[in-house]
Amino acid sequence: MLRKNWWKILSVACLLYAFTAGFLGGVPVKPILNETIRNLYFHVAMWFCMMIYFIVSVVYSVKYLRKNNLADDIYALEYAKTGILFGMLGLITGSVWAKYTWGAFWSNDPKQLGAAIALLIYFAYLVLRNSITDFDKQARISAVYNIFAFAMLFPTIWIIPRIMESLHPGGMGNPAFNTKDIDARMRVIFWFGAIPGWALLGTWITTLRIRLKFLEEKKLSNV
Amino acid sequence: MLCSFVTMAQDSTANKKVEMATGMRSNGKIYVVVAVLVIILSGLVFYVARLDRKIGKMEKELK
Repeated sequence: MLRKNWWKILSVACLLYAFTAGFLGGVPVKPILNETIRNLYFHVAMWFCMMIYFIVSVVYSVKYLRKNNLADDIYALEYAKTGILFGMLGLITGSVWAKYTWGAFWSNDPKQLGAAIALLIYFAYLVLRNSITDFDKQARISAVYNIFAFAMLFPTIWIIPRIMESLHPGGMGNPAFNTKDIDARMRVIFWFGAIPGWALLGTWITTLRIRLKFLEEKKLSNV
Repeated sequence: MLCSFVTMAQDSTANKKVEMATGMRSNGKIYVVVAVLVIILSGLVFYVARLDRKIGKMEKELK
């Protein structure tokens, strides 16, 4: 599956669709947002994909804890890394968007802070891994930490920012970007272009890193 | 004195025109934006595809 090409070509096709229709397609006209509502296909997609990768990562961590197969641990690590990458891109693109809509790159907004904390917890996962030299122990302890880090996504990003007063869509109990903000045209481009495109691209990059890791392990065991 | 506090019955932003990039669309420059982004995307895709091929070759050699 990792070496099949069809889903990679699909990823490129979906992204090309998202990039072209994303700018040429019609969007609802909203004050303050103006054309930046198109960021739905980029900034929002980054966070959505981050969640996908963190879910995949924690599933592999649980798999590792059940079967002690080190391959699962490698998958868990690489998907977590890609999740962190997409999360950072989401945070940076969000700050740039905020500069022009909220007036500042950083407003200590609950969602911004929550997302930053969630990412820091995942950075600690990487640091933790590097601090343990025995690879079985490393895999087991980091698998447990991964589950904790994943669980922490919910209070930091999904729950607390939605309860509090926030500049970010979704505060004070309102669902973010609901039916009144985006329309059917945007939804089609988002679900059929942006999400499959970005998610498959990130998966492609992750599987390349996984294949490289396996190659390195093979080389080490052959020597 | 109470009547001096006038409240607007309608949200004032509802009446203002929302600026969109219709200028860029009418003079065709929006296509420049799309072209730039497609070029960047193609560059990234070519890079990743090249990596894929290199790794595929290495995997074949080590078999």
